[in-house]
Amino acid sequence: MLKTRIIPCLDVADGRVVKGVNFVDLRDAGDPVDAARAYDAAGADEICFLDIHATHENRGTMFDVVTRTAEQCFIPLTVGGGVRTVADVRALLLAGADKVSFNSAAVANPDVVAEAADQFGSQCIVCAIDAKTVQPGRWEIFTHGGRKTTGIDAVEFATMIAAKGAGEILLTSMDRDGTKAGFNLPLTRAIADAVDIPVIASGGVGTLDHLVEGVTEGHASAVLAASIFHFGTFTVGQAKAHMAAAGIPVRI
Amino acid sequence: MIGIVDYGLGNVRAFENIYRRLGIHVEPVRTAEELARADRLILPGVGAFDWAMAKLKQSGMIDTLNRRVLQDDVPVLGVCVGMQIMANGSDEGRAAGLGWIPGRVERFRDEWFNTHTHLPHMGWNDVELVDAPVLMAGLPDPRFYFLHSYFFHPDDESHVIARTCYGKIFASAVRRGNIWATQFHPEKSHDWGVGLLANFSKV
Repeated sequence: MLKTRIIPCLDVADGRVVKGVNFVDLRDAGDPVDAARAYDAAGADEICFLDIHATHENRGTMFDVVTRTAEQCFIPLTVGGGVRTVADVRALLLAGADKVSFNSAAVANPDVVAEAADQFGSQCIVCAIDAKTVQPGRWEIFTHGGRKTTGIDAVEFATMIAAKGAGEILLTSMDRDGTKAGFNLPLTRAIADAVDIPVIASGGVGTLDHLVEGVTEGHASAVLAASIFHFGTFTVGQAKAHMAAAGIPVRI
Repeated sequence: MIGIVDYGLGNVRAFENIYRRLGIHVEPVRTAEELARADRLILPGVGAFDWAMAKLKQSGMIDTLNRRVLQDDVPVLGVCVGMQIMANGSDEGRAAGLGWIPGRVERFRDEWFNTHTHLPHMGWNDVELVDAPVLMAGLPDPRFYFLHSYFFHPDDESHVIARTCYGKIFASAVRRGNIWATQFHPEKSHDWGVGLLANFSKV
């Protein structure tokens, strides 16, 4: 049976993990490669890096992080943040990423997703969607870290971008991100039910029950979390045991 | 030397990283001459079937590849689309495949799923062994990482060495003599993948 994936996400700026990672035995809590190795050893199903200050000037640092991670972690690696063009995708794939995530560039120009999917295959093209509830049952896409509204309906956008060739959606509920109050379940479910591609739920995880809800109520194919893992609140192993106890198939 | 066939598709470096870690001599092969030197081959691949066949033809290696595999009996492991192009053809395109293992590549169909279909089939899934004592040696409860929307349907059921269920039961690994192939990605399957690739170096 297909397992629900648990994906720790690391925010990286200038080659360093933002906020740090609280693990025992980690030589350097700020080194994304060390953190990725620790998650790999802990049983993470995939790893996600988000380059939060990506610019053309500092891109090289991220390529180096990706290459060194791929040399040591033999699980899929998704990289996002500042990906704008097909050339960006190619460079990250060559560096060793398995999947590359578009975010605001896909909102500004959805055809870039189609172009990238045509060249490299849908299987390696992720579209990150940051959405907020604007009224009950309606969610809109926000860009620039949730500060800028676009007026675009999130469900319509998700359906359209899947049709363009995205292979997966990384859905972050911006009104929950950082709150530890749990995923925005109505949003997650609306999008997961609307598209035929896997949806990763993200934003708001504070407890292990939140991970379970993301799957059982949100219908997500995978759950992504950052702080609960980074700060050692829970381990990936505890998350998997909890999900397994709730009847969700996981890789243990 | 294990040669990773580098025809511009698939994560060649991921295989190199694992074999380097294992201390096994590995090289990407990009020409017919390099291909002739490898005593084991890995044929990776991602993306569309026709594109993969077109790239393989452009690489100038296809004749040597056929000779090495079909006449010299060099062990070869196809992975994902590298497995699919070993078939005669695919519902995904019009190009002829390599035809090393008779069969066709088909798409998962909506009616096989009770609830909502999600494609690609993405993530870790169980692999049930039919007949793969060598490739899966020392790998209890095999589970591997999949990422695909099409699957290999061999004409001869006896070529199926492992099966997986996603909506329907499909061949997740096949073998015909020296020709082996997996639909899943051993290079992304953590310890199980490392174990499988180590086993392939000894077949």
